[in-house]
Amino acid sequence: MSFFHIVVCSGVAPDPLQTLLPVSDHSAPALKNEQMLPHLLDPWAEHSLFEAANLAKNNPQSKVWLVSMAPRAKLSQVMMKVAQKASFELVALDAPSNGFTDSFAAAEKLAETIRSIPSLDFNRLLLFGGWESASRASGTTLQMTGELLNICDQFQGVDELEVTNDGSLRVLERLEGGEHQISLCAGPPAVLGWATGNLPEPPNNPQVGMTNMRQIMPALQKAQAFGYPADALQFTSVALPQQKRDTELVKDKNPQEIAREIVDWMRRQ
Amino acid sequence: MDSIKIIPSDELRAILWRFADRYDLQMVMQSARTVARGAVARAVANGARKSHEWSSEKAQLLDAFDESGITALFMDPRYGGYIEGPKNLALALVAFELSWVDAGAATSSLAGNLALAPIHERGTEEQRENYMSAAVPPSGGEKRTARRGAFGLTEPLPYVGVETGILSGKMRIAEWSDSTAEPILQIEKRGRFITNMDFADFVCVAVESDDERLKGSCMVILETGDQGTFDRGAPTLKLVHQLSSTRDPIFSLRVPASRIIGGYEIKDGTVVPRFSHSEIIEAVFKRTRVTVALMSAAKLLSSVEPIIRYQRSRFRGGNLEPGSPRYELGIQQKDDAVQRLAAIWAMGEASASLGFTAARVFDLLDPLEKEKDRLFHEQGIERGRQELKQIIKLQQQLLEIKKTGQKPSEDDLLLRYIEIDALANVLCPASKLWCTGQGATMMREAVSLMGGYGITEDCPGFLGQKWQDAQLEATYEGPEAVQRRQLSFTMTNPVFLFMMRGWIADLAETEIQHPGTGAAGLGQSFDLWLATLEFLQSHADDNNGKLYSSSRHGVTFPLADALCWLLAAFYQLQDLIHLEEAGAESPSLAEELPGAIVFLRDLCMLQSCRSCGEALRLLSELVHGYTLDQQMVDRFVAERSAIERSFHGLGEAKERAGRSLTCIMIPETLDYPV
Repeated sequence: MSFFHIVVCSGVAPDPLQTLLPVSDHSAPALKNEQMLPHLLDPWAEHSLFEAANLAKNNPQSKVWLVSMAPRAKLSQVMMKVAQKASFELVALDAPSNGFTDSFAAAEKLAETIRSIPSLDFNRLLLFGGWESASRASGTTLQMTGELLNICDQFQGVDELEVTNDGSLRVLERLEGGEHQISLCAGPPAVLGWATGNLPEPPNNPQVGMTNMRQIMPALQKAQAFGYPADALQFTSVALPQQKRDTELVKDKNPQEIAREIVDWMRRQ
Repeated sequence: MDSIKIIPSDELRAILWRFADRYDLQMVMQSARTVARGAVARAVANGARKSHEWSSEKAQLLDAFDESGITALFMDPRYGGYIEGPKNLALALVAFELSWVDAGAATSSLAGNLALAPIHERGTEEQRENYMSAAVPPSGGEKRTARRGAFGLTEPLPYVGVETGILSGKMRIAEWSDSTAEPILQIEKRGRFITNMDFADFVCVAVESDDERLKGSCMVILETGDQGTFDRGAPTLKLVHQLSSTRDPIFSLRVPASRIIGGYEIKDGTVVPRFSHSEIIEAVFKRTRVTVALMSAAKLLSSVEPIIRYQRSRFRGGNLEPGSPRYELGIQQKDDAVQRLAAIWAMGEASASLGFTAARVFDLLDPLEKEKDRLFHEQGIERGRQELKQIIKLQQQLLEIKKTGQKPSEDDLLLRYIEIDALANVLCPASKLWCTGQGATMMREAVSLMGGYGITEDCPGFLGQKWQDAQLEATYEGPEAVQRRQLSFTMTNPVFLFMMRGWIADLAETEIQHPGTGAAGLGQSFDLWLATLEFLQSHADDNNGKLYSSSRHGVTFPLADALCWLLAAFYQLQDLIHLEEAGAESPSLAEELPGAIVFLRDLCMLQSCRSCGEALRLLSELVHGYTLDQQMVDRFVAERSAIERSFHGLGEAKERAGRSLTCIMIPETLDYPV
């Protein structure tokens, strides 16, 4: 039976229900009131954590680490919920996590941190994360982290991972039109940037949380501070995408007519 | 000046309500929130409240409670729970979170704990082991289902109710072959308004002896498999809390005497239960009433965000241009709308502060009470009169130490118990009475701020349903008269009154350190309340009738009401002061705290003045209504005037709080369905 060392990379992102308004001061752009808003674990990466926990459960002796680069106080609050959903060991980096940080600098720091995890076996390493990020949306950090760790087998938009009998990995990557590309990979190390997959969000279980928190609290306490290089990235301007709303109230229209209208509308765009 | 920027964050709340250092409680809160804003909200939005009948949709909530750790929360780790030590604050947080969406769901969850509470508080070790462990949901791989319980106290007396001195439920000895054998009891009990009755596997019922071989009353555990009739009865046609199962059951069952909660002794051929039913329910309700108080508090605070969203978007359906004041602020352009909302928020804060303080005080009390029981047992002090005499002696001892300006040693657990117990005995009925009763009235105001939308089923935040539900919270687990009556005894405890004198001195200092919070008026109001109590206790009416006596509710009850108003504002202020001090040490609050403090301070001022005003009105009716004693009248008039003068700054605080509500950032949409 194969077993894996799964490292999940995730930052935190503001709760999407909040109004996210870009603001610029003299130093760098940010989101309005970002540091005060409630945060979540970056949603795609959070899902990859659930996939990691499920993979570890089905492959005894496997282990899951969550490497998170985020402001320590925010991460601490996010852990109150996330720690109840899956068993993992936290490696915390105290760093800014707004939508305007440099993904290459983040990838360098993540790679350095992953290399320094004691007892991590690189021959069994599966590097998990989100294929997109709710805060950066560039989806590049995970790929670069993998490259910096010399992991060539990379899969993005993963919806399913199956470990076959010979220990190889069968990976479904999301394509256009609801189709998937199926790949076979000989085994770890590999990078998997997850889409939404098929697993439901696990229910909260405070008992799992209490066990996790015994390790998480000390990990948060000793979180290494990281500052992004001041000259790494420059933003010339930031703006919210224009919201376009074209509402029409209709009754008793059949599905075919509705579908035709949608197609017509899309053609006009 | 700073202004509040967002709805207070969880980090801020954890400091304000003093559980920032308890990650176990923070996780429990998050867990309960997920259930509340997920499964519970979906059930309400799908119309599950529209039926009296228990349904599969409602039953799914029990699974959600089990999966999220809410069911096992009540149990100690040795029985399968996961939090060691007292759990009053933990249960209060769960009740708060569930009631944020629907209080019936909270009742459904809490009723299971209520069923276990008699066993937890007074059961034998064997009973605890049996029922507490079985109530914990199975963990992975276990092949069993969790047993669920109901608390069968309320009876059709007629109508519906509970009396501590009278019970229509009866027990007789059905079989007792010889004195060495275990007696078999015949239990006859009709219940009314019994929660969890659709699915309860066991019921703890209160019954009285109808047999000379049985003494007094007790509580007995009945099970579905017992010989006889276990009829779950008809659904209670209640108007509210429809997510909880409530029926009027009928039991006619034979059970072994070992089911008597707390056990029994055989004395002179008579079965003597160790605990009467009133002793058990006193221990149970002393704690569970606090969680009910928090249910009403949650309603008020949960109404703020939907009201703001409604007010701002009120005119957006027309042809207004985004960016125009009318488009962006809607009704919030009008002072009245935002200032009334500030008053609702202020009362919500005061309710939560009072309720959570009470929960924390009970967490302090629980281990001390156990220690007191152990020490009294060692000293051969029996429950009842002997214990009462000893407690009075200890109260005097504590007061003598305190009068010298010293504190009793932390190691003197009995004196510590006396002090905490005196406070707990006031805070439990005060929070239950004030948070639910005044909360229900204020919820009406919240509904009114939503206009016609407020009284529709699809009103965001379910405000109409919450308003109706609040009435049940003011009634069940002891209606308002019971709480007032209990307060009329406990608020005259000399240890509590001594504590209050200390607060009065502290509040004068607080006014200097934290101006603009209403501290001065609050201190003066406590002082005037004390003066009124002393006057009423020492004077008679024109017919020489004692003014302050337990049966004279026209005197004692308004005094209790006045105290509740002051206590709520007092604890709101204490929480604010704590937030100012502890919040400054939290780096994550660096941006949020300054504005939040300004706003919460204004709410303190609003609530403090409102509380003083209400207390003055009640005290005035007592002083002027019962006496012509010129000395007292002169003092009252002078002090009342001074208190009213302390309201200076209220107008500015109210306007500032209102303006803040026009700027505060709220999420794009509510985080639960409607």
